[in-house]
Amino acid sequence: MTNPSTDGLDDGQRMGHAAQGAAPGSVRVIPDRMRSRFKRIVGSWEALLLLVGLMIFLLNAQASPYFLDPWNLSDATFNFTEKAMIAFAMALVIISGEIDLSVASIIALVSTSMGFAVQLGADTPVLIAVALVIGMLCGAFNGVLVALLGLPSIVVTIGTLSLFRGIAYIILGDKAYAGYPASFAWFGQGYVWWVITVELVLFMIIALFFYILLHRTSFGRAVFAIGNNPTAALFSGIRVPRVKFILFVLTGLLSAIAAICLTSRLGSTRPSIAVGWELEIVTMVVLGGVNILGGSGTIAGVLIAALVMGMVTFGLGLLNVPGIVMSIFVGLLLIGVIALPIVFRRLGNRRKAVVPG
Amino acid sequence: MSGVTKIFPGVKALSDVSLELYAGQVTALVGENGAGKSTVVKILTGIHQPDAGTLVLDEQARTLATPHDAADAGITAIHQETVLFDELSVAENIYIGHAPRGRLGLVDWEQLYRLSDELLQRMGASFDARVKLRDLGIANKHLVAIARALSIDARVVVMDEPTAALSHKEIEELYLLVERLRDDGKAILFISHKFDEIFRIADRYTVFRDGEMAGSGLISETDPDALVAMMVGRSVESVFPPQTSSPGEVIMRVKGYSHPTEFDDISFELRRGEILGFYGLVGAGRSECMQSLFGITRPSTGVLEIDGVTLTPSSPADAIARGLVYVPEDRGRQGAITALGIVDNVALPSLRKTSSRGFVQVAEEFALAREYTQRLELRAASLDQHVGELSGGNQQKVVIAKWLATRPLVIILDEPTKGIDIGSKAAVHAFMRELTAQGLAVIMVSSEIPEILGMSDRIIVMREGRRVAEFTREQASPEHLVRAAAGIGEAA
Repeated sequence: MTNPSTDGLDDGQRMGHAAQGAAPGSVRVIPDRMRSRFKRIVGSWEALLLLVGLMIFLLNAQASPYFLDPWNLSDATFNFTEKAMIAFAMALVIISGEIDLSVASIIALVSTSMGFAVQLGADTPVLIAVALVIGMLCGAFNGVLVALLGLPSIVVTIGTLSLFRGIAYIILGDKAYAGYPASFAWFGQGYVWWVITVELVLFMIIALFFYILLHRTSFGRAVFAIGNNPTAALFSGIRVPRVKFILFVLTGLLSAIAAICLTSRLGSTRPSIAVGWELEIVTMVVLGGVNILGGSGTIAGVLIAALVMGMVTFGLGLLNVPGIVMSIFVGLLLIGVIALPIVFRRLGNRRKAVVPG
Repeated sequence: MSGVTKIFPGVKALSDVSLELYAGQVTALVGENGAGKSTVVKILTGIHQPDAGTLVLDEQARTLATPHDAADAGITAIHQETVLFDELSVAENIYIGHAPRGRLGLVDWEQLYRLSDELLQRMGASFDARVKLRDLGIANKHLVAIARALSIDARVVVMDEPTAALSHKEIEELYLLVERLRDDGKAILFISHKFDEIFRIADRYTVFRDGEMAGSGLISETDPDALVAMMVGRSVESVFPPQTSSPGEVIMRVKGYSHPTEFDDISFELRRGEILGFYGLVGAGRSECMQSLFGITRPSTGVLEIDGVTLTPSSPADAIARGLVYVPEDRGRQGAITALGIVDNVALPSLRKTSSRGFVQVAEEFALAREYTQRLELRAASLDQHVGELSGGNQQKVVIAKWLATRPLVIILDEPTKGIDIGSKAAVHAFMRELTAQGLAVIMVSSEIPEILGMSDRIIVMREGRRVAEFTREQASPEHLVRAAAGIGEAA
């Protein structure tokens, strides 16, 4: 199905290929790529982020003797798995030039709906079905307003941010739902093997799915095209509204999966569940190198960013740093990591300019 | 400046070029698109740094590391599309960045307006400095840009195709201004494609070709033919390639296409191997009609038939699937995705073909891009180079390549040679002939009469959204077209 050289990306081979195809001398041969794959990876944002992640890992290991304990590390994955699931979908939405700020409220509405279904005696499969349907409906609602009516997504999803959680409050008031069936606990509390949690496996599967979707399918190409220039994408035969609609439904679906994991892990539902997550998720996406203005970004970057943020919060937690300080630290990290490469590039330009060739 | 070399990744944009500007003289910089004119402007204004060479200003070597340095050195540029602020007043636009300050460092508004009005008066402008910029026409905006140049007491003024968007009368006014600047002792670098302009206004010329010096001297000692020869490195004989094939059977029929506001009751037929020209004044509804055929806007009524299949495209995807493609006039906004690579752009409309069950095949994409960019003789460093880094003519080649790669039956070209240099123009025209020889049907929307007359087999003239006349190649003359387009008498 897939051409073997698709994955190989062997540049030398392909340049040779190009030379063969050209008539000698008469046709100007344009090489496929300017830089080799190795150079592209070494110079990338993801590589830098990975380096930062390793440094934090070592720092954490130095700072606390408990950090390297496998069970502690396993627990720490809960710091990011649920948020990162949504972050992958959010990355696509942001690359397409839109944003979805209603994700945390979708979690609240989905969790409340499951709680409501439990009161009616629903079993685990029914709960999952309810969650996925409600999540996709919420996403479709956003999608219709943004993609079909052409409203700005930041306004639409700030509106639905209030709307979805508002509905959750109406259904639930300030009460809490509990009494989830025992089998439901598997999603948020189960282990696949040794310290590997169900959530972590789910997270890896979702990462792989989005990696393929964004970087290996024509749908992904359309997402990049739309984010860079929606008009030219439309003129190129991309069905722009359809792609955007799918992205919002997908984000709703992933919010529902995150809601299942979170509700299962907590074992109860309150309408204030997951408050403020949308900002952490957007932070994760931007930290992962996705351009907040749309048009560029990678799933690998978001994956590494999720690990980095998870480790930072976990490490600071082990050191008994209070939550407020932690959020200050995460904020500084975000600004710092984004500013540094830009500052370095500017300095480099200046130096080049001062020394005449 | 002398001995300047600028190397962009993989492409030598300038190679050992020299340029001399004299106070009180206008020097014209001439060259095809991609010859390196814009690069010179960017070096002079501190946006790019040369990789080699020196820049001497008043017998003093200078490095312009930032646009600010350039302004300090007294160099200012007026760009083709002025970079001004629509929502600010004229005075604020003139003095932004160096407004007169009063006590406490606040802007001294009275002084600001007084100085601005003085400047405008000196230039013979007819508007007040308090007017918001967006209320001015394009010519007056240029005046503001020039006033801004004067306000920083520039000694070197760079004008990058300043007349591109101006009407005839406005151009005359601009000439007067340029002459006034010259008489004030400014050194002026005037970049232009238009020869009548160069011979009207310039004292000296410098010609670039492919980033190298092709010649320079006094305007009084040269003539247009010599300049063209320097620009292209060969003499240009027949401008338009001759017709080599005759039209075949009808491939596309349009019946009664109408839109509530833009166009009304447009009907025509198109044959294989035919070039059908659409002429009209700007605003005659030609582009709107073509975009409607392409599925961008829905017509209120009308039927489109391609290759025996009747359809009303509701999106470009529908039109492309039926073999109808459209190369838009606005390259940067509608035609190409400038922040993506050449290969991504070329493959975009053909994603279905280069992918297998929704999965992209990178090797196929590169193969497609390689094939079509070679056919169009594209100049680029590599196929993953961003389209925005290419010259206008080469960008147009990428856009045409991306549409040809879909193997269409009918291709609509909207102002295909607008804003590209003579060499690229000739390449596009020759390529159109090649396409028709292969049986492709071409619709060409153009406002250039020589192009319409030189290339079309048939010509349809539109005025105010209606089809007002149709000529065969033999019948048509410039007078016929202009009369029909302007509605003088009954030309048909």
